[in-house]
Amino acid sequence: MDQLLHDFSPGLFFMQAIILLILIVLMRKFAWKPILDSLQSREDGIQNALDSAEKAKLEMQNLQADNQKLLQEARAEREEMLKEAREMKNKMIEDAKSEAEGQANKMIAQAQAAIEGEKKAALAELKNHVAGISLEIAEKVMRTELSNKDKQLQLVETMLAEKSLN
Amino acid sequence: MVVAKKSINFIAVLVLALFSISSYGDDAQHKPGNKVDTAEEINEYIAHHLKDSHDFHFYTHNESGTHYSFPLPVIVWTSNGLKTFMSSEFHHDDAGKVIVNKDDTKLVKLHSKIYELESGASSINFDEDHHATNAHKVLDFSITKSVFGMLLTGILMLLGFGALARGYKKGKTIPKGFSRVLEPLVIYVRDEIAKPNIGEKKYRKFMGFLLTVFFFIWILNLLGLTPLGFNVTGQIAVTACLALFTVVIYMFSGTKDFWAHTLWMPGVPYILRPILAVIELVGFVIIKPFSLLIRLFANITAGHFVVMSLIALTITLKASFGPVVSTGMSLALSLFIMVIEILVAFLQAFIFTMLSSLFIGMAVEEHDDHH
Repeated sequence: MDQLLHDFSPGLFFMQAIILLILIVLMRKFAWKPILDSLQSREDGIQNALDSAEKAKLEMQNLQADNQKLLQEARAEREEMLKEAREMKNKMIEDAKSEAEGQANKMIAQAQAAIEGEKKAALAELKNHVAGISLEIAEKVMRTELSNKDKQLQLVETMLAEKSLN
Repeated sequence: MVVAKKSINFIAVLVLALFSISSYGDDAQHKPGNKVDTAEEINEYIAHHLKDSHDFHFYTHNESGTHYSFPLPVIVWTSNGLKTFMSSEFHHDDAGKVIVNKDDTKLVKLHSKIYELESGASSINFDEDHHATNAHKVLDFSITKSVFGMLLTGILMLLGFGALARGYKKGKTIPKGFSRVLEPLVIYVRDEIAKPNIGEKKYRKFMGFLLTVFFFIWILNLLGLTPLGFNVTGQIAVTACLALFTVVIYMFSGTKDFWAHTLWMPGVPYILRPILAVIELVGFVIIKPFSLLIRLFANITAGHFVVMSLIALTITLKASFGPVVSTGMSLALSLFIMVIEILVAFLQAFIFTMLSSLFIGMAVEEHDDHH
């Protein structure tokens, strides 16, 4: 201990204090401050880069999910549209078919009515014609029959006979 | 850290290679012209090395007694005011024989300390304990070898870390070259020492001190392992000053909570509180800084002592084992200890910084839970 105290040099202590103080001040100003600041900013930069990469990854995932969803929706819509079109097609065919059928039926009915009309007209004409011919024949017959008195009498007699039969 | 480790290994090999060569040359430093070859002389030589010195000595040529060294400025505050001269005026004398006369102020150098002779005395006298009777120590602000080492370390740090800082300023986010080694070390101190002990919120304010002290101690410890023979962190004045800085910092940054817990511990019977306050205060003001300064000083001094003693084995064991065996043993053992010393150099810097930040952490801690 005595030796230690003897070896202790106050002058050296003083010089050391001054040197250390100046060194701390200089090192702080010219070395530690810029070094620590740069390290800090670099580490912050790295952290930021990592964070933004993570964020970008998440965004990417979201985007992909969105895309998937959109795709799904588009597919569903297409399906829907196809279905609708198919239905429409069927309906149109159905409609056309029924309309055509109605039209056809109507035409057939018209044709039938026309045929009926024509038939009636033809029959009436035929009747008239036949009646005319009959009258003509009857007239001719009558004329020939009644040209003599015998015959007229004979007729009256037949007719009367027929009458009595009734 | 891998890069740092590699470079440390490289430095270690270099240091070992140079240290063993220069130590032979150094042997004769104390008594020029004479070889250091007895146990007493070796002990004296080691003790001399462990002290601070006023000139920068490389080695002495035995036959001619020529010193290869350069002088450093001596600045002393004597009873007649400030005196400055170069240490070469002492002519490598360390026994108080050469008297430097500066305006009637007679100065001598004795065991690396400068003494002022009392007026009228023409040479230094000793009592039986080898204490000077007619001279007193002066306040010595000299640029000694330790101060020189500290200035060198400061310049190295400013250059190295300044370059790293400038690299960032130029917009390069990844440092190049040697800065690439320094950057992980700074990050290591910040993430492994400061943040866990002081806390994420408050560590930034103390980084200037912690980083400076960490690299200051580490570089000085490593310089101490080079053949230049610095023993800066083995000077008790230096470690005391470092510890004092830590104390001042944690005392002045202590929160209200810290002082409340130190001086008037809540949740403890009132009678015990003053006793606890005394214990806590003694702990913070004396015991903690003392443990810091003694640990660093003792580790480094012991390291230097052991390495030098093992190198001296080549001389002390020569008589009993012959030159080859003693040199081989000395080489193997000192190599082994030297590798450990390189680890210790880092470890002591780490422990000093770690404990400093731990104490600062205690002082700035916020107690959420009131007991």
